[in-house]
Formats: sequence, structure tokens, C-alpha cells
Amino acid sequence: MTEPRKDPEREQKRAQDKPMPRLDGAIHEHQRQEGDGAVAESAPRAKETIFELEDVGVTYAGVPAVREISFPIERYEITALIGPSGCGKSTLIRCLNRMNDLIPSAEVTGSIRYHGEDLYASGVDSVQVRQRIGMVFQKPNPFPKSIYDNIAFGPRVLGMEGDTDEIVERALKRAALWDEVKDRLKDNAFGMSGGQQQRLCIARSLATDPDVILMDEPCSALDPISTSRIEDLMMELKENYSIVIVTHNMQQAARVSEMTAFFTVELDEGEQHRTGRVVEYDKTEKIFTNPSDGRTEAYVTGKVG
Amino acid sequence: MSAHGSVIPPSSSRNRAKDIGFRALLLSCLVASVALLALLFYDVFGDGAGSLSFDFLTKFSSAFPEKAGIQSAITGTLWLMGVCAVFIVPVGVATAIYLEEYADPNRWWNRMIEVNIQNLAAVPSIVYGILGLAFLVRGPLSLGRVVLAGGLTLGLLVLPVVIISGREAIRSVPPSIREGSMALGATQWQTIWKQVLPASIPGIATGVILALSRAIGETAPLILVGAASFVAFNPSGLDSPFTALPLQIFDWISRPQPEFKALAAAAIIVLLAILLAMNSVAIWLRNRYEQRW
Repeated sequence: MTEPRKDPEREQKRAQDKPMPRLDGAIHEHQRQEGDGAVAESAPRAKETIFELEDVGVTYAGVPAVREISFPIERYEITALIGPSGCGKSTLIRCLNRMNDLIPSAEVTGSIRYHGEDLYASGVDSVQVRQRIGMVFQKPNPFPKSIYDNIAFGPRVLGMEGDTDEIVERALKRAALWDEVKDRLKDNAFGMSGGQQQRLCIARSLATDPDVILMDEPCSALDPISTSRIEDLMMELKENYSIVIVTHNMQQAARVSEMTAFFTVELDEGEQHRTGRVVEYDKTEKIFTNPSDGRTEAYVTGKVG
Repeated sequence: MSAHGSVIPPSSSRNRAKDIGFRALLLSCLVASVALLALLFYDVFGDGAGSLSFDFLTKFSSAFPEKAGIQSAITGTLWLMGVCAVFIVPVGVATAIYLEEYADPNRWWNRMIEVNIQNLAAVPSIVYGILGLAFLVRGPLSLGRVVLAGGLTLGLLVLPVVIISGREAIRSVPPSIREGSMALGATQWQTIWKQVLPASIPGIATGVILALSRAIGETAPLILVGAASFVAFNPSGLDSPFTALPLQIFDWISRPQPEFKALAAAAIIVLLAILLAMNSVAIWLRNRYEQRW
């Protein structure tokens, strides 16, 4: 464990070199560092599945929240999860970086494979998972620190090598926030507008060079202008990152995503439990123009929900 | 435009009278408590102000009232507070972190610890004095009647206060901060050490100061652990005999000569001034650094 953790430059190169080599052990620290520069540079990006969900279910204290979720998530794409409130979209997205581990009563069944590796296998460290799979939350949650320290926190705790100033600048630039804040990096992040705070949270997750960014209704607390800035940002980021977004805003899903999963809530037979399930998973265009399932159509056309 | 009172009826005079009456009642309660405090101050200042001088602060205890001062009592109190703080800050904060961040409230032993800490905060201070005497001064530790034993006894006495206020400070850090930190791949310990604790330091510090200001006025446990009431020298270390301000006051008040009573009043003024200063710092800390989420 004494090996230096990683070289940010190289990591970034890796992130941009596509396709990424099979990430067997991607989530194990050691192999991670050995992403030598010999990664082949192949121009056209082949489709590559990053998450493979198979019969995933989550229960909270034995009560099922979602069940029988199976679909793949493609790399370097934006995948949207839509559906009515309480259908388990947030629950599911929180499985992808094992945030549900923080809730003692939550239990995940089925299998979620990340680059072919089972995220919930016994030897997998959830902390390592989250280093690869970042998350942006519904409400901007900047740390009560300066803008600079907000970004630098991740690289510091991960022991990333390289000039912290540079890492901070690069992250802020990638999140299209640099020009707005470069003169007040030492100011407290709480002084920023809500939209800026959310972009700061995105920048914060970019600073640790993740592979995937999960966004749980990232624009629900923002005004339309801030929302459109974040959407623009997402379109840029998908060049280098895979994004999964939960959204209540169907136009947003239609605008930004390649693939969409439509969730619905079902009442269990006889029981009182409301359980979320995926009704349809397809290309976003198809979901919004010619869905196969009547429930999807009713929802996306605004007849229900 | 409709005439006044036709759309929105005027409030009934009965309701208004009740409103005013209730407000008057609350105000009179406030006035009564403040007036009592003012009376106390007035009385103490009237008795003690004449004896108050720089000399009084620097002279040692003496059998002659005109030669007596409180230097050894002040230094003794400072030593006690130092020992107390060194003990309660790490132990209290660590306990608060465990209970808030790690303990599973569904486990019976964690719930038991919680209830017992609440209870300990309400245990009379004399009981802590007995504990200090039995376990620290004599018994297993046999420290003797020294500064260390006194400070630790006071520390035990106010530890529950520190734990409870520390827990409140830690709990006031929203879960979204922890989630944000964990989502970046920080470990639980890194999250606590670098995010939760720094954000709760103002609350913890306020709690520690308020705990110390409770400890500084305690007399009963110190009598039991054997603080001397007549000490004509400053403590030289943790293993030194000591006295403290409240003990000195207690000793002087119990003497028959009126001169000593005036000295006691003067010492009370000093004690009150220290208390006021400590509480002011606590309030200032809270207002200055408290994080608004």
C-alpha cells in the first residue's frame, strides 16, 4: 500500500483514451495504478457496457423499494432514469456507487457488474467504488469551506499526486466554473448561487478523476438558466465520462440522454408496499416518440404523473 | 372599496385583552428573574467592592483579613480548569463522535449508554465528590489530595455536559455533507475528521466553555476530595495541594469576623467576573463561527 496512488495526468489520459482496457480489478487500487501509457489509441469509440444490472432489488428493513431491475448502462453516454415519485429511481442510482451502504437497513440483491466486476462482491471496498463512481446530489451540498478547498478535498483525501492548484483549476474549468470563480477561490462556497454551487459539486466530483458520474435530480433545485448550463455541461462531460441521471424533468431526459429507463410504481399483490420496477428501457428517442408500453406513453405524454 | 371593517372583521376586544395579558405575564417573569439577579449583584458589590484591589488578587491567604488575598485560589482554580479541560475535551468529543457517527441506536447497549449519560448529567455534584474521594484520592488510584484528583473529579462531573453538547453540534452538521464527502471516496474517518468535526468545532467549543464555567463554581466535590481552604502558595504541579476560589469563599464566609465576609464578597465578584468572561467567549464563539446551513 506504499505505492504512490496515481498520476493525475496519466489518469486523465486514461480517462480520455478509449476504449478503456477491460477493467478487471478497476476498483482495486493496485491494478488501477498500472494503467501504463500503452493504452491503445483507437479512434472510433466502440459501444461498451459499463454497468450491467441483473435482477437488482433493494429492500429497506425488508420492505422492497425496487425489484427486478435489469438493463445495461453504456459507457460515454448519458442514461436517464425517469418515472413518477417514489418509484425507486434514486434508490437504484444510489446502488451504483454503493451509497446505500450508508443506510444500515438497506439491502441490495441481484447483481450489478461494473466493467464486468460485481460491485457487491465480498472483497470490494465501497470506498474504492466511490472513488471511481462519483455522485452529484439533488440539493447542492458544498462543504462549508472555501471554493478551493471544496475541490481540493477529494484529491487530498485520496492522496492524489500533482499540484493541487492545477487539479483545482482543471476541475473548475471542466465544470465551466473557472471564469466565474477564479478571483475568489478563497471565498466560502456558501456565498455562491445555487446553480454555481451545483456546478461546484460537479467540479468537486470531477477533481478525483472518476469514471462515472451519477446525478440524482441535479437540477431540481435550480432555475431554468442554471439548469440549461448544467445540461450543456453534461453534454460536454459525456465525452470523457459516463453519466447516469435521475430526473423528474422529462424534457431534460429527452434533451440530454441517449438511453432512458422508465420506472413505475406497483402495489404488491395484497400487500401495502409500493415497489418500483422498470417498465421500459430503450433509446431515449424511442421512449419519447414511440414507446412500446402504454404506461410509458401515458407518462411521457403527460397523461399521468 | 368597502368600508373599513366590513370585509375583515375587527379582532374581538376579548382576544386582544388575552394577547396583551399573556405578554404582560411573560414579561413579568423575565423582570422578576433579572431583578433577583440584579439584587444579588447589588448586595455582593456593596459588601465586596471596598475590599477589591489589585493587591487582593496578588496576596496569599492569611489569618489576618487585611493581609489576605486570593492569588493561590485563582491559580488553584486555573490549574483545576486546565486539568479538567485536558480531560473532558478528548474524552467528551470522542464519546460524542462514537454515539453520533458509529453507534447503532438499535443496539441495546448503545441506548443504555445514551440514557446513562443523560442521567449522569443530573447526578448531584456531591456524589462525584464521593466518587473522586473513593477512586482518585484514595482507593485504586490513590492520587492524594492534589490538583490532578480535583481536576479529574470536576471533569467527571461536567463530562456529560460536554458529551451532550458535542453530540448536538455533530448532529447539526447535515447528512448531505457526509454523503458528499463519502461520494468522493473519502472513508468514514476522513469524513468525520475533515468535514464533520471542523464544522462542529464552534458548537463543541461552546459546550466545553459552558461545562468549564459550571465546574469553576463547584464547591462540594472539592471539599470531599480534600482541597485545602488555607493554602498560602501556588500549586507547583499536578501533585500539589491546592485550593480554589469557591472554597476560599466558603472558608471566609464561615468565619465570624465581618472583615472576612467582605473579603468573601470581593472574591465572589472575581468569580462572577471570570464566569461572565467565559460565557461571553462562548456566546461570541457561537455567533462568530456558528455554521448556518
